[in-house]
Amino acid sequence: MNSNATTLTSGAAALAGGLDVEAIRQDFPILHQQINGYPLAYLDSAASTQRPVQVIDAIRRYYTHDHANVHRGVHTLSHRATDIYEGARETTRRFINARSTREIVFTRGTTEAINLVAATLGQRLGAGDEILISAMEHHSNIVPWQMLCEQRGTILRVVPINDRGELLLDEFEKLIGKRTRLVAITHVSNALGTVNPVQQIVASAHARGIPVLIDGAQAIAHQAVDVQAMDCDFYAFSGHKMCGPTGIGVLYGRESLLETLPPWQGGGDMILTVSFSGTTYNELPYRLEAGTPHIAGAAGLGAAIDYLQKIGMEDIARHEADLLAYASQALGEVPGLRLVGTAAHKAGVASFNIDGIHPHDIGTVLDQHGVAIRAGHHCAMPVMERYGIPGTARASFAFYNTRTEIDQMVGALRLAIRMFA
Amino acid sequence: MSDKTTSLTELYRQTVLNHSRNPHNCRRPANWDREAEGHNALCGDKVHVYLGMRGQALADVSYEASGCAISLASASMMSDAVAGKTESAARQTIDDFIGDLSGLQPGKLEGELAALGGVRDYPSRIRCATLPWQTLRAALDAVQETVTTE
Ligand SMILES: Cc1ncc(COP(=O)(O)O)c(C=O)c1O
Repeated sequence: MNSNATTLTSGAAALAGGLDVEAIRQDFPILHQQINGYPLAYLDSAASTQRPVQVIDAIRRYYTHDHANVHRGVHTLSHRATDIYEGARETTRRFINARSTREIVFTRGTTEAINLVAATLGQRLGAGDEILISAMEHHSNIVPWQMLCEQRGTILRVVPINDRGELLLDEFEKLIGKRTRLVAITHVSNALGTVNPVQQIVASAHARGIPVLIDGAQAIAHQAVDVQAMDCDFYAFSGHKMCGPTGIGVLYGRESLLETLPPWQGGGDMILTVSFSGTTYNELPYRLEAGTPHIAGAAGLGAAIDYLQKIGMEDIARHEADLLAYASQALGEVPGLRLVGTAAHKAGVASFNIDGIHPHDIGTVLDQHGVAIRAGHHCAMPVMERYGIPGTARASFAFYNTRTEIDQMVGALRLAIRMFA
Repeated sequence: MSDKTTSLTELYRQTVLNHSRNPHNCRRPANWDREAEGHNALCGDKVHVYLGMRGQALADVSYEASGCAISLASASMMSDAVAGKTESAARQTIDDFIGDLSGLQPGKLEGELAALGGVRDYPSRIRCATLPWQTLRAALDAVQETVTTE
């Protein structure tokens, strides 16, 4: 998957994928600090990315000059706030190539987006109806469906994965059936890095008339996403995993399907008229956005998307593929290290275990050397169960990472091995 | 670099590493009088403590554990430290240990347990060290009928 795989020699000077990473890093103030006496190597972007000044400034500018409530005021600031909020919606629509802003629902994040679908679409489901997920889902694409199953007698079916962490498509074809009412599958696995063939999954489900929700949390900042080309019915993602603020996320929904959903939370903004003799609901997407929204979050998200697009999603994907190939090779040379998740089609996630060293201890030793990774089950306990391990250490990459940072990690890992040997 | 290596060797002292590599009393016994299971949801550490009582004394202290070096070493040292003690003396040892690491009453760690003192400088790791002890306390609190593996 990586055209540079044969030239992975130099550690330091990587301008792979044509990105000027040093210039990009100047936009990220947080990256320029010492942690425990070492330069920070932030390799935990799958948990949350960092933000460039462009995003931080957009939020500051909004609160400094433009804040008021949206969709209500007759005054200038309210108009400005509404323009910023709705402008971010249009920016988001363009970014994922949705047909209309009516299809862009702002939420708190991926988790809330999936819960929204479970709580609304779920009302149509009954005992014996099935929801099909995969064995590599994040807890946020498991638990909402389990809750629905408890409430309505719905049945959760799980597509297994192979040892490399790839979805077993023939099993998918066997499990999808007459009672399947929704397929909900991750685009990219946060624990394994696997990129799923979402287009193929959608085509197969649609051939049976079944809608598909894609959890895009780990894909959105790492490759170009086109919801029309993918043809999915829902696509969920989080601002904080794409250089935007926490507390804002997006549910894309196909308009014809969103229109059939009952209202979710009730309150202001989602209504047209309220009377004790009956209430009428607003149009999409407002019908699904009750209450004062996270306006500053939307402002930051819009700025984050502008920033990502300025760099270019293709270049980002190419740079991260180079980092993954470089890291996989370097980690592969560490004695006793085993990569968990070796799918043929992978995103910038390297999950691993080292013989005789618990992931938590790896995390502490790396942190003492300035390297931030995640250790644990990564909110995907069924994945850990599948591999019979309590957890993994996980390095994950973004476009602002360098080969030097990977070298720093690998050096610290070798030290850990000497310590624990 | 030497600074940080020093600080890490304070956390992972030789005694701690030795216990984590060869934990003492790490087994599921044939019989026990009390038990409790502890789980650290953050990192997935698990420990299951089994107590064999003789009168008021903790005659047999064993456990099954899966976790990081700190939690394994702590469980191992704990089983050595409280074995043979009366219930009230064991409770005192638990309070001293947790009180010390949480910073409430520093300077209470005695003998080998002092080797775990480096954990104080690693707030995210304190729970790893205290998990076995909290589980032991839960086992003491929960007086149960004898359970056997038969
Ligand atoms: C694949 C995947 N889905 C969903 C989520 C949940 O995202 P959030 O916590 O932002 O709602 C995450 C975050 O870790 C994720 O990696």
